[in-house]
Amino acid sequence: MAHSARRDSPELPDFSLLKRLARDQLIYLLEQLPGKKDLFIEADLMSPLDRIANVSTLKQHEVDKLYKVEYKPIISTSDQLCFLIRPRIQTVKWICDVANADKAAGKFRRYKIIFTPQKFYACEAVLEEQGLFGDVTTDEWAFYLLPLDDDIISLELPEFFRDNFLAGDQRWVRTAGSALHLLHSVYGPFSKLYGIGRCAKMAYESWREQVEEGETKPRQAEIGNVFLIDRDVDFVTPLCSQVVYEGLVDDIFRIKCGCVEFGPDVTSSDKSLKVMLNSQDKVFNEIRNEHFSNVFGFLSQKARNLQTAYDKRRGMDIKQMKTFVSEELKGLKHEHRLLSLHIGASESIMKKKTKQDFQELLKTEHSLLEGFEIRECISFIEEHISRQVSMIESLRLLCLLSITENGLLPKDFRSLKAQYLQSYGVDHLLTFANLRQLGLLVEQQPGETLTVMESKVGKLVNDKTAGKLTDAFSSLARKSNFRALSRKLNLVPKSDEEYDLRVPRDMAYIFSGAYIPLSCKLIEQVLERDGWTGLEEVTRLLNGNEFAVTGANGADVKAKSDAQRIVLVMFLGGCTFSEISALRFLGRERGYKFIVVTTAITNSSRLIEALLDNHV
Amino acid sequence: MMKSKADEEDYWNSSKFKAFTFDDEDDEYSRLKESKQAVNSIRRLVEEDDDEDDVERVSWSGEPVGSISWSVRETAASNQRTDREPTFPKINTDTPTISKSHSGYSLSSLFKAGKTRGGNFQTFTDPLSDSSVRLYAPELRKPKSEYKDFVSDWSPEETVHRMQQGKAVSLEKFRSLQDKLLLLDFGVSAHDGNVITAVLIYLKRTLSKEVLFRELESRQTALRHFIHYLTETRDQRLLLELLRALGRTEDVALLQYKEHLSIADENKRRDFLKSCLSLPFSPEDSAHVQDHYTLMERQIIIEATDRQAERGGKVEIFQKFPRRASILNMPLITTLYYCCFYHYTESEGTYSSPLNIRHTFRISEKQYFVTALAARAKLKAWLDLDALFTSRNWLGFTRKKSPLSFHRVVDILQKNSAPTQVLQEYVGLIDDADLRISLAQKHKCHDIVINTYRDLKDRQLLLGYRGKVERGSAEERKINELLDNPQIRWKN
Repeated sequence: MAHSARRDSPELPDFSLLKRLARDQLIYLLEQLPGKKDLFIEADLMSPLDRIANVSTLKQHEVDKLYKVEYKPIISTSDQLCFLIRPRIQTVKWICDVANADKAAGKFRRYKIIFTPQKFYACEAVLEEQGLFGDVTTDEWAFYLLPLDDDIISLELPEFFRDNFLAGDQRWVRTAGSALHLLHSVYGPFSKLYGIGRCAKMAYESWREQVEEGETKPRQAEIGNVFLIDRDVDFVTPLCSQVVYEGLVDDIFRIKCGCVEFGPDVTSSDKSLKVMLNSQDKVFNEIRNEHFSNVFGFLSQKARNLQTAYDKRRGMDIKQMKTFVSEELKGLKHEHRLLSLHIGASESIMKKKTKQDFQELLKTEHSLLEGFEIRECISFIEEHISRQVSMIESLRLLCLLSITENGLLPKDFRSLKAQYLQSYGVDHLLTFANLRQLGLLVEQQPGETLTVMESKVGKLVNDKTAGKLTDAFSSLARKSNFRALSRKLNLVPKSDEEYDLRVPRDMAYIFSGAYIPLSCKLIEQVLERDGWTGLEEVTRLLNGNEFAVTGANGADVKAKSDAQRIVLVMFLGGCTFSEISALRFLGRERGYKFIVVTTAITNSSRLIEALLDNHV
Repeated sequence: MMKSKADEEDYWNSSKFKAFTFDDEDDEYSRLKESKQAVNSIRRLVEEDDDEDDVERVSWSGEPVGSISWSVRETAASNQRTDREPTFPKINTDTPTISKSHSGYSLSSLFKAGKTRGGNFQTFTDPLSDSSVRLYAPELRKPKSEYKDFVSDWSPEETVHRMQQGKAVSLEKFRSLQDKLLLLDFGVSAHDGNVITAVLIYLKRTLSKEVLFRELESRQTALRHFIHYLTETRDQRLLLELLRALGRTEDVALLQYKEHLSIADENKRRDFLKSCLSLPFSPEDSAHVQDHYTLMERQIIIEATDRQAERGGKVEIFQKFPRRASILNMPLITTLYYCCFYHYTESEGTYSSPLNIRHTFRISEKQYFVTALAARAKLKAWLDLDALFTSRNWLGFTRKKSPLSFHRVVDILQKNSAPTQVLQEYVGLIDDADLRISLAQKHKCHDIVINTYRDLKDRQLLLGYRGKVERGSAEERKINELLDNPQIRWKN
């Protein structure tokens, strides 16, 4: 494997075991419904399922036909129907419709719902209400963790973000705790846990309780440290344009479950091509963490090397040629294919980015991060809106403006909102309400207003502790304090210094040297200090909720074990490829290996899209 | 391999449902054998233990008896729990735990009481004490009838704890308000949304709305769960009642307004929007909703007229540029663009006149310019652009003015493939010389580049530029003439 890591970097644990566990359990569940059956799979479960099983696996366990859940009447002649779904009320309602339609038609079938990763009481309540509890049996497939790569594990739960942070529904907290518990029981015991954020704290508690309920056998730990972080601790980072290759590919082509579909413009043929993007792809593995400006040079160097390797054929005799063909040619061809693909992708990226004045966009983002020339930024955003450039992009810039400036001036807020609604539709009133609730796009409040409101509602709320009150209001009144945080943590390097992107000196390289991602900086600082000591001011600005806890066995094994340098970072609410690149960089610098566990891979578009409300 | 591929394709029945493919891995088969062995060994374990029939083998949570995690848990539970220190400390998770507001029964006081007096409240203080664990660990294997008696004995906290683990519980015995609220508050302090919602569903069934709403008002976390639950189950009526009871009038207005999205018929939608005008929006939003209604009203009229005109086949512009989509439900700016495209010259009296739209919806000058510019450029109506930018001062002189910087204008024109001649005119109006030259070079407006270099008296740059224009072209001749011109005093 092409690890460009420090020599003393510890080996990563083998996560393929997680896939096998999930597959075995699925097979077991399928066998619970003996005989031929048709399987209905929820659309967003298909790619994850793809990663751990295939059709012949299912077929061997008597799955006859496969269908996608489409919320329409079904066409199936099987007398056994199995549904593999996320625990969503609407899907269960649809299944009830199917079963009730059968009943009405006098058709007898057996139905089984397999919820993954767990079932919710609310879903079963639907079955009960519809008079189908018992007729439809249910199961749970504890498929919590999908390894997307050697160092990335995803829960594949994009709805975690909206449910938890916008709706304030804690249904996934235990899921996060269980996922952590699974990792702990297979790769633990952990010796130290750090975290920040309300959800992180709750997930920790849930995990801790699950550990206490079970029994852990003493084992050699493979993962020593864990860091839990809520997405709402740092909204700035995922709202920035990504300029590291993997992030850029995700922004433009959308990587789905570790896989990307390149269109004809990339493949330079008339067909689209689905490609897995992970460390197995040697070319990709070498450029994924690079700033885009380096990628071209790298690819052309690689192409030259390839040419040289091919050229060796000249002047070979028959025997040499035979060895060449049998030993090297296949590898070269493979590399050639990968290389031309990534070159095609880079070209396509260049084309798209030059077309939309990417340079100017980046300049605006950097100004916002620096707090510099804000009026110019506002008029850039205004123009973006009035020209009806992407609805998502405009919203993203507005949010970035609001968070970095700690809210918009009332005058600006009103005018930008009005223009936005004119350009993209008044329906977005609902979107604006969501963004305000989350604190992503707000009007600057004169200090008093908030206090008045808090005390008014304070009378209604009987909890005495002030902290609890603030919590109840965190969504309404969350302040980003970005400017102060940026100063405290030196997130924005001085702009007068040259930044050589080929030889990055810090994590800021992932944003062209303009900004060190807050999330990753926190992780760096906490690991360095082995806790939050000295960061009191920072955590205060981040609305608190930080913790650092040590396990009983933490102290003694600490010094020697490699596991202590393996750090599992769990992002609750999603993380971006840029953040993963930054952590990989940090790992190389400090001799750590980071494993990123995330509820889903996110980026600015996904984040904003999750908050849109202009549809039914 | 080929054969199995073909197999898989046959496998997709030819319905309209889309097939999806799985990746093929070579070592799949051997792994499968492994899995199967593993599974079989588990099953043997299960069969020894449990001979209830299939359907009965699922507990409340559906934790399948015999699954991997089940067997793991069973083994764990059957091991004697030894006394040991908790490895990781409990941390305060700041939940508004147990409220004594209306129930008059505070759990925090229970906690204190338990600690000082001991005795009765033991189970509250130490939820994970060995005794309670032992209580339910072994009985999982007993037939249901045997442990039913136990069910009714569980305290609210134990009940919540069991629910978290997906074990069978009965909520029916919690009949007093106090018990119900304790159940809810323990659910909240356990941070398990699934359990909170489960309790809420029970409360919704067994409490009157008034009482439930009143109690939720002081329980923010539970309240948010309830709102989310009602949203998901699309119980709009109850949700509106709840928000009204809480005095959240703006939320009520937005939620009702949202309903328009599910109305497909445009006339019904318009009428619905009209009914929204009286909703308690904030003054600012209220104006937006008014605009929405007015716009919808107009779009319906414009759409009807234009559809007829298009079908009639007598209006040239609809023949030359057939409409690609209906204007219904489009944003205001799109509507303005549409009207600038198809109805540019209409007098302000008509609904579809761009000027009328501009005034009705208070569209800013800049916004109007950008939109009109884009629409007329799309039609290549360059003369209209001229008129758009030309303003006449009181002496009758004309000059070009734009609320938008001219380099943006050039950008828009260029994207609509304006000819060089047109571009040239607007590039020439850019104030900033550097920007002007760079755009002129980019868009091949040679005259501007040449004239600017001449004005700068920069012979070197002009020489350099000669290499970039076409051989034998008019531009080259012009450069040569300039270079040969003895009247110019070059600075280099």
